[in-house]
Amino acid sequence: MSDATPTPTATPERPQLPAQSPPVDPAETAVAGDKAASTGNRLSWWRGNGGEGAKRNLGLIGVLAALIAVGAITKPDLYGDPTWVWNNILAILQLASVVGVVTVGMTFVIIGGGIDLSVGAIVALAGVWCTTVATQSYGAGGMIFAAIAVGICVGLVNGVLISYGRLVPFIATLAMLVAARGLAASISNKQTQVSTSTFINDIAARKVLGIPILVYILGAVVLAGWVLLNRTTFGRRTIAVGGNPEAARLAGINVRRHTMLLYALSGLCCGIAAIMLTSQATSAQAAMANLYELDAIAAAIIGGTLLSGGRGTIIGSLLGVIIFATITNLFAINGLSIEAQNMVKGGIIVAAVLVQQFQFKSFTRLLARNRLTTNT
Amino acid sequence: MSEEETVTQPEENAATAPADTGADVPLIEAPADTVAGEVVLRLTDVVKTFPGVRALDGVQLEVRAGEVHCLLGQNGAGKSTLIKVLAGVHRPDSGEVEWRGEPVTFANPQAAMRAGIATIYQELDLVEDLSVAENAFLGHEHRSLGFVRRGKMARHTRQILGRLGHGEIPPGRMVRALPAAGKQIVSMARALSHEARLIIMDEPSAVLAHDEVENLFRIIRELTAQGIAVIYISHRLEEIREIGDRVTVLKDGRTTAANLPARDTPTRDLVSRMTGRTIEYVFPDRPTDDTVGAELLQVEGLTRTGEFADVSLNVRAGEIVGIAGLVGSGRSELLETIYGARAAEAGTVRMAGRVLRPGSVGAAVRAGMGMAPEERKSQALLLGEPIYRNVTLATFGRYARLGFTDAGRERAEADRIAESLELRPRDVSRPVRTLSGGNQQKVVVGRWLLGGTKLLLLDEPTRGVDVGARAELYQVIRALAAQGVGVLLVSSEVPEVLGLADRVLVMREGRVIREAPAGELDENTVLDLVMAGSLMEGAPA
Repeated sequence: MSDATPTPTATPERPQLPAQSPPVDPAETAVAGDKAASTGNRLSWWRGNGGEGAKRNLGLIGVLAALIAVGAITKPDLYGDPTWVWNNILAILQLASVVGVVTVGMTFVIIGGGIDLSVGAIVALAGVWCTTVATQSYGAGGMIFAAIAVGICVGLVNGVLISYGRLVPFIATLAMLVAARGLAASISNKQTQVSTSTFINDIAARKVLGIPILVYILGAVVLAGWVLLNRTTFGRRTIAVGGNPEAARLAGINVRRHTMLLYALSGLCCGIAAIMLTSQATSAQAAMANLYELDAIAAAIIGGTLLSGGRGTIIGSLLGVIIFATITNLFAINGLSIEAQNMVKGGIIVAAVLVQQFQFKSFTRLLARNRLTTNT
Repeated sequence: MSEEETVTQPEENAATAPADTGADVPLIEAPADTVAGEVVLRLTDVVKTFPGVRALDGVQLEVRAGEVHCLLGQNGAGKSTLIKVLAGVHRPDSGEVEWRGEPVTFANPQAAMRAGIATIYQELDLVEDLSVAENAFLGHEHRSLGFVRRGKMARHTRQILGRLGHGEIPPGRMVRALPAAGKQIVSMARALSHEARLIIMDEPSAVLAHDEVENLFRIIRELTAQGIAVIYISHRLEEIREIGDRVTVLKDGRTTAANLPARDTPTRDLVSRMTGRTIEYVFPDRPTDDTVGAELLQVEGLTRTGEFADVSLNVRAGEIVGIAGLVGSGRSELLETIYGARAAEAGTVRMAGRVLRPGSVGAAVRAGMGMAPEERKSQALLLGEPIYRNVTLATFGRYARLGFTDAGRERAEADRIAESLELRPRDVSRPVRTLSGGNQQKVVVGRWLLGGTKLLLLDEPTRGVDVGARAELYQVIRALAAQGVGVLLVSSEVPEVLGLADRVLVMREGRVIREAPAGELDENTVLDLVMAGSLMEGAPA
């Protein structure tokens, strides 16, 4: 209805277009940027992109609160002990840390309009590669380098197949899922490879200021992911490429290269996760990180990432992972089975998506109420 | 229809339900009880509100059998809502809909269709991967014992298509494989398969080239001659003059004028009732002094097999060059190739003397090109993202420092653009989805006002844009040229090309066949050039 509001008569001599802004040169940008920064910039720093995502995240926090309430009701004696509660929170975060790191990468891929089914396999391959006798001989630094390099390279292979080979992401990463685990089994000769590096093994065992190092790593990756998505050109390109690839291409964005980089980023996250998981188990094997792809995709979707691309938040994904970890924890302290746990998880995925659809509808209704829609 | 087919009909009819008897009577025959000139549809004070919006606020409409009744109104005037009320998608809050003498409320689209109201939407609602016949009979297939009678459906479809003058479309062809005009024919066949008494056409000509529009008009005339009523919606006044009988004008959900004679009502009257303004297309004056600058774009011998061949052209700074041609003449493909969205097979594109890498949009953008593509929603906009992010989609990288975006600067720049283009609403944090077509187009053009664009490529810049917003867009384009930007414009509307451009290239079948200053050409000349020997000439007239 926007045009139905009284339109100022278009006077023929109207247009006083701004002087064409000249090609931006960095020096000028700095001046103009600082001027704007005095108010708008600082506001927008924390406000981010509108309230829709934030509202959804509040809903997720509500779910989390409900889960904690269930825990408190079923085990009032445990929840009455502050020390136990603190340790339990740390246990949940530690449980969430490895999948959380993988989910950050997955969130980027899904926002960018793709899907990565091979993350679990990449974690296994990177873990196995970095624990071979040859790699371990280079020490902890060599192991970390190997895991991350393997992750990035496998991600790049995915990316090249998808963006330049024009394979459907589902197919390309499904093939990688099978192939990478096969390679991992072949390298490890189906054996469990023990890590002898105390530095690596200490990552999962140690705490700093009472908080496990794994939780710091998760925090760092989430923070980096948030900044990358919300404050950098990389993030903006991701949203554009996922939201409307044709529009992105015609705006001069190199869609193929960016798509490739998204899978490399996912691979990088898998490499980091491989080190964390190897450290937790003090060993690696081809079957590790089994079904992580499902956990990561489910967490991202619960977190509000649109499977068709173009929309999603890192914080939402983090909350998704934490909700899953809390459910696992809840079932563990109540001594319930994994089977029951999986059924509840499935229910939560469906419920989350249903709630989001409902929220989206009420959001559009709200817009209509404010006379914003053009749908007449 | 052929003899053999008619012969087989009786046996089939004996075996199937009586409803199928429609198959062997001529399809565009008037339904038996239709009296020509009788009022078939009457709307009195129809009101439809959505939360917060009074989309229809007292609509009066009277449609007679056998007439073409045109609905005029700007974007947002309530035309779409009105159609949806008639099609059974929405139910009115109050007021009366009288269909063939009886008050009705359609519970759903199927009910409206059964009553004999068929709607052909602007975005054709066909299933691309079903055949022509399956689409024509979607939802009411010929069947017996749960099995679809494919042969009968195909014959019936062929009959309908024949009556529409397009017997050459094979009923078994996948709809995906048809051109836009063919898809529209299938939509119309679907309407006829329902034995419609009223067919609503929402901007049917928007997807058609000029000669295809003639064919559409021929079909409409044939339908109305048989007593079928047509509600015709179009932004193009000249079409309404040609095909329409009476006109009803909507503004802000109200009927501001009803039953005006389509041929004799002065344009000034029609436009003023739509807008409160007394102007139609206002093309800005061309600058009197010769402000055209140095040569900016040079295209030499550009070729893509099957699309266009050996095209050479140039655009100077401050000049608007228009390309006229039919859909399929290769004009959009040419524009996309110049822009690097398609790779040229031969020939070069130079910007300010430097050859651009073929097939690289990035290179074109860095050299100072910008393009507003043909399909706004699918090719240009991130609908869910805020306006400012759409405005800065091509430039956010330039405002960034060390890869970090500068949201404050982006908003400020987008605000400036929104103000200078009179974007409504002005708030740049709103999702671009909530804007009207004209304002969305301003966002797309505004994108290239940032960051020193030297050459703007515009593909159908005013498609689906209402009259008022068009005039504003023309002003914007002319103002850009006055600042030294070169503009290369493609449009299906010849008056637009002639009125806006300084120099005009006429394209036919992938070649430039005429180049002249706009002042030396008139509409008829251009249309003659464009259509002479065109592929559609052999089509039944």
